[in-house]
Amino acid sequence: MDIDDHEITVSVNGVRYQRRVESRVLLSDFLRHDLGLAGTHVGCEHGVCGACTILLDGQPVRSCLMFAVQAEKHEISTVEGVAGKDGEYHPLQQAMHDHHGLQCGYCTPGILMTMTAFLEENRSPSEEEVREALSGNLCRCTGYQNIVDAVMAAAKRMRG
Amino acid sequence: MSTRTFGEPIKRNEDRRLLTGQALFIDDVELPGMLHAAFLRSQVAHARIRKIDVSQALRRPGVVAAYVADDLGDYWKPGPLLVPPPPIAGIVFNQRTQVPLAKGKVRHVGEPLVIVIAESRYIAEDALDDIDIELEQLPAVVDLEQGLKAGSALVHEDLGSNVSAHVRQTKGNYATAAAKADHIIKRRFRYEHGISSPIETRGVVAQWDGRANQMTIWDTTQAPVFIRNGLAGMLGLSERQVRVIAPFVGGGFGPKIMMFYPEEVLLPWVSMKLNRPIKWIEDRLEHFFATTHERGQIHDAEMALTRDGRILGVKDVFLHDGGAYDPYGLTVPINSQCTLLGPYVVPNYDSTFTQVFTNLTLVTPYRGAGRQHGVFVMERLLDFAAHELNIDRAEIRRRNLIPADAFPYKNEIIFQDFQPLEYDSGNYEPVLDMALEAIGYKAFREDQAAARRHGRHLGIGVACYVEGTGIGPYEGAKVQVQSNGKVSIATGIGTQGQGHFTVFAQIAADQLGVAVTDVDVVTGDTDQFYWGAGTFASRGAVVAGNAVNEASKVVRKKALKLASDLFECAEEDLVLEDGKVSIVGIPEKFVSLGDLAGRANPMRGAVQPGTEPGLESTQYFGPPMGATANGVHAMIVEMDPRTFDLKILRYVVVHDCGTVINPMILAGQIHGGVAQGIGNAFYEKLVFDDQGQLLNASLADYLLPTALEVPRVELGHTVTKSPLNPMGIKGAGEAGAIPVGPLFAQAIEDALDLERRGVELLEIPLSPSRLFELTRNAPR
Repeated sequence: MDIDDHEITVSVNGVRYQRRVESRVLLSDFLRHDLGLAGTHVGCEHGVCGACTILLDGQPVRSCLMFAVQAEKHEISTVEGVAGKDGEYHPLQQAMHDHHGLQCGYCTPGILMTMTAFLEENRSPSEEEVREALSGNLCRCTGYQNIVDAVMAAAKRMRG
Repeated sequence: MSTRTFGEPIKRNEDRRLLTGQALFIDDVELPGMLHAAFLRSQVAHARIRKIDVSQALRRPGVVAAYVADDLGDYWKPGPLLVPPPPIAGIVFNQRTQVPLAKGKVRHVGEPLVIVIAESRYIAEDALDDIDIELEQLPAVVDLEQGLKAGSALVHEDLGSNVSAHVRQTKGNYATAAAKADHIIKRRFRYEHGISSPIETRGVVAQWDGRANQMTIWDTTQAPVFIRNGLAGMLGLSERQVRVIAPFVGGGFGPKIMMFYPEEVLLPWVSMKLNRPIKWIEDRLEHFFATTHERGQIHDAEMALTRDGRILGVKDVFLHDGGAYDPYGLTVPINSQCTLLGPYVVPNYDSTFTQVFTNLTLVTPYRGAGRQHGVFVMERLLDFAAHELNIDRAEIRRRNLIPADAFPYKNEIIFQDFQPLEYDSGNYEPVLDMALEAIGYKAFREDQAAARRHGRHLGIGVACYVEGTGIGPYEGAKVQVQSNGKVSIATGIGTQGQGHFTVFAQIAADQLGVAVTDVDVVTGDTDQFYWGAGTFASRGAVVAGNAVNEASKVVRKKALKLASDLFECAEEDLVLEDGKVSIVGIPEKFVSLGDLAGRANPMRGAVQPGTEPGLESTQYFGPPMGATANGVHAMIVEMDPRTFDLKILRYVVVHDCGTVINPMILAGQIHGGVAQGIGNAFYEKLVFDDQGQLLNASLADYLLPTALEVPRVELGHTVTKSPLNPMGIKGAGEAGAIPVGPLFAQAIEDALDLERRGVELLEIPLSPSRLFELTRNAPR
């Protein structure tokens, strides 16, 4: 098979990366294995579980449903960039810790990305709205209740 | 004073790594020169292998090797029997365990035929298409009853039938009891349990280091020590040459303990052969048929009762779908058989099961591990008895509960841990009372009638269960004070999100007077802790937790002894808190734990004979038998009688798992269990066609509950300590998942008025479309 490589430039968590990448390489694989940003997890590779969710120009997308080459010249945020530079938790990370919103933690990065973006748009969500926003991320451990509580608590804190 | 942390909702030590994307999961292991494996798997359930030709695949650039069964030589062997049959008289057990690569025949969809090794996963998967394969398809054994008929296709021809096992266990004499009964309830039940579907699939990384003669294996297993021992034997290495690391594992729920998966056996062998590290990560499609399931049972059950609703006896004959191989022995059907008895006095019991080989993926324990099936049968029999005898559903349960003064309660049959089934302790009636109170049982009928006047259909359910937890044989823990004053704990079990890094730390922190955050826990690395069994059967906190407690107590004693020698005072005059030992009343006179650890390892001078260096201890704990937890779930649902759309309005769990180490983590375990129970009851179903093809092998078609389907769970607890361990704890990992099926059946029947309409819900899972089928011809 002909190898179809492309030179791409992407920005991830504010750092610019230039890499040569095969056209068929998934963005999730590129982030995890080419850039070593393994915090983005892969759960289903068919866009259902939400574990691989990242932000592309601020919008949550499934990195398993995109090719790395499609991210050319885009700004990506991953779980590694959620906390402050000094390691200070984002309010949602803090709330997830406080409310026991994670168990095995495998789905957590995707949930953090989906819900931090949600909180940017809606600082005063109802529980129903939180559940709706969360419903594209599967978690098999927690039963969601503590995640919902964490998002509500984070929203409250972010409202100040 | 140090604050006692045991019993407090201490936040988790492990969270930071997980919340910042820094925890090591299996696919995060990257090694120089690493190759990648992909498997060609059978696309049919039952076939003779006529030809496999990998030559074209080997010519593809980037492909390094490809192996079929014959290439394995003497390494090709059926896997070990994980759990031998328990000592039950008259038991039949036909051992047929899974093989690394299919030879001669394939016996289920997804069974591996070829392993391809390449420079990248992409190339390895490309190469699968290059393999030339010819399979002669055979009729598949899918239906349990058909599979036992003469003339059925045979999964293992040499056996002459599809019987994997046949077991009868009895208590008292059911026939005599039934002859005297006022009333007999007799029904046929079907219970299907699906797949655990953790969000992280399975994976293995094997690295043979030819210079060091050392094999390192990262594995998503729940039982690293067993994997180490087994692989050492298979590979011709001694155990010390093999290190198995179960890193952070993204959910397990049972199937990640199956041993040995073909991939676990093959990757280390290939790594030795090629002297390069190799990674395999299961994709979601593979997970649907290469990772074990739980599936169906068909029960023909009857219950004999007095007219006032007292159980005289239960008789049950059931078939259990074991899948294509039976390495896990009889654990699942024996759990069904034993757990059926529940929290009730059942003086006479006659239970027979047949485990059937089918051309489907193997069945091994998944959260609840067969207990659901038994609980469904018992709870439904009680529901129908209540209806026919005109007794309230909660009341008939109350009348049959084992009284508080009857413990330890002997059930006379053999449990999965080979011990006679005996409930160590319990006080069941208050649990039922609390649940009824919390759900508002008394007031509900009025609420229901009021809602019905507004066209809303509400229903209530109440289900009871017991859960055998915390079984042996044993676990161990090493507790060690570091010279920086921090405490390190190592244990042999693996961890998949249960909070072990925190609950074990709490246990040690209290004994050693340090902060929970100053206790570092290592689980699942066989080089850090050598012995152990694994994380299963709700046993981690019970068995390993008690080992941590014992080891911590010894370290505490050692610390006090060292300090008393140093200060030349009695140990009683010393206090151990805030990471230091000081003299009572003279807080400025102290020595830190870290300094004591240094003193416990002197560089010069003589030590007393018999001195062991280090401020550390390794202790083991093995309970005489499992501790029995119990609980009651209650639920109110609203159902649309036209669309069968279901909304859970209230969900109550009252639970007794003995002493609670961390109520926050316990609540999380229950929430998650309930969510999986809800999936099992109403959303998740593995759909096979008559040729053994799984028709819904994607998360778009196999429906895991989302945040919209799982309600808020209201929790209540009672505490009846277990006498079987010094901390009095019982396991809790499976409790949330066990009684959800009968609860749904009951509540939906109630909401749709099915008793009046003559429809009985005798099966799980239910779903809107299944309810439509079941009720379409019933009167309104």
